[in-house]
Amino acid sequence: MAEEKITLIITRQDSPESDSYQETFKVNYRKNMNIISALMEIQKNPVNANGENRPPVTWESNCLEEVCGACSMVINGEPRQACSTLVDKLEQPITIEPMSTFPVVRDLVIDRSRMFDSLKKVKAWIPIDGTYDLGPGPRMPEKKRQWAYELSKCMTCGVCLEACPNVNSKSDFIGPAPLSQVRLFNAHPTGEMHKSDRLNALMEDGGISGCGNSQNCVQVCPKGIPLTTSIAALNRDTNLQSFKNFFGSDNNY
Amino acid sequence: MENREFFYRRLHSLLGVVPIGLFLVQHLIINHFAVYGPESFNKAAHFMESLPFRYALELFVIFLPILFHAVLGVYIVFVAKNNVKRYGFFRNWMFFLQRITGIITLVFIVWHVWQTRVQIGLGNEELDFSLMESILASPAMFWFYVIGVVSTTFHFANGLWSFLVSWGITVTPRSQKIATYATLIVFLAVTYIGIRALFAFV
Repeated sequence: MAEEKITLIITRQDSPESDSYQETFKVNYRKNMNIISALMEIQKNPVNANGENRPPVTWESNCLEEVCGACSMVINGEPRQACSTLVDKLEQPITIEPMSTFPVVRDLVIDRSRMFDSLKKVKAWIPIDGTYDLGPGPRMPEKKRQWAYELSKCMTCGVCLEACPNVNSKSDFIGPAPLSQVRLFNAHPTGEMHKSDRLNALMEDGGISGCGNSQNCVQVCPKGIPLTTSIAALNRDTNLQSFKNFFGSDNNY
Repeated sequence: MENREFFYRRLHSLLGVVPIGLFLVQHLIINHFAVYGPESFNKAAHFMESLPFRYALELFVIFLPILFHAVLGVYIVFVAKNNVKRYGFFRNWMFFLQRITGIITLVFIVWHVWQTRVQIGLGNEELDFSLMESILASPAMFWFYVIGVVSTTFHFANGLWSFLVSWGITVTPRSQKIATYATLIVFLAVTYIGIRALFAFV
């Protein structure tokens, strides 16, 4: 009995500098397959649809439960996580491409360094170290914690940057994800103590003003993070900060 | 100039509404006098023409703000990589149309200013009803003006929506949705005023 096959058309690239090309693979179908398990089938038997032996397709993945953000790729034209994309719910043949916003390392492996650099740039952390014991921080209302938890779901997966028309090689726009992280850390009672540092980082070139309100980010975010609400709220905060910077203020710290 | 982008972009957003948006609405309302006949239009146009400090008003309320808005605007159009094919969401279409209408409006304004204000300044034409009547007598020119006016009013109304976001006035999805409807009404109202005036000249 012939086994049921699924067809994968994968955009591949051998090295960061080389040109990309498409290659078709047919893999055995199993029930409840996701894209990662389909890619693993290719890894086990790296023979393309023409019967040629090929170097196996490389990709990146870690958690396999849509919380690490490593396996983002463009599947049937939609940027999403390969682990939570089920083959049964997709139209055949399945096209898989790397996210075009990021530099390709090899095949589906992309370099998301720019996002991690952005998080460093906007100080997306809460400093708690001092030269002496700083004691417990201020308390956070439970309701606010629940609200902030939604923002903390960001896994730096890069899907929002991929969908944003203003994140591209012609622009240095930081993108939605790090912006929303500024809102998260500015909302924290201890993080708030460094609020102006983060806002000033967003007012540098390539910062928040690069947003053109296409609002694709909030539509595609796999974690449902209210990215455009964060951006609008930060527009308000940065405008206020810019007035404080220009005119001076009795509470500009 | 490092780190001036934020200031320039906010200034760009502000100038689009004050004074350019206000000027646009005022301009179209003055044009609307044409609906009540040539004499009514000429009276209104001559009143505007004889405003005190006219050259300063033209320079600081109209020419310089539009020049800045246009130069930075063209740059903004250039750095976007439109993707409405892949992401056909409503706001993404508005983003795309804002850039398209920006370019159409720029072409229209340059042509329109050359044909009217510059020619009047050179003494080749008189500012009155018959000037517009002769321009709009050509069907091609009439439709160019219709497209130009609709493009301008769309750019203004949708720009008003982004202005509210860029200045942190509408933050929540609900407030932004209400702003969408409100700016739609602004678009329809201002377009009606502008287009009705155009028809009055033919």
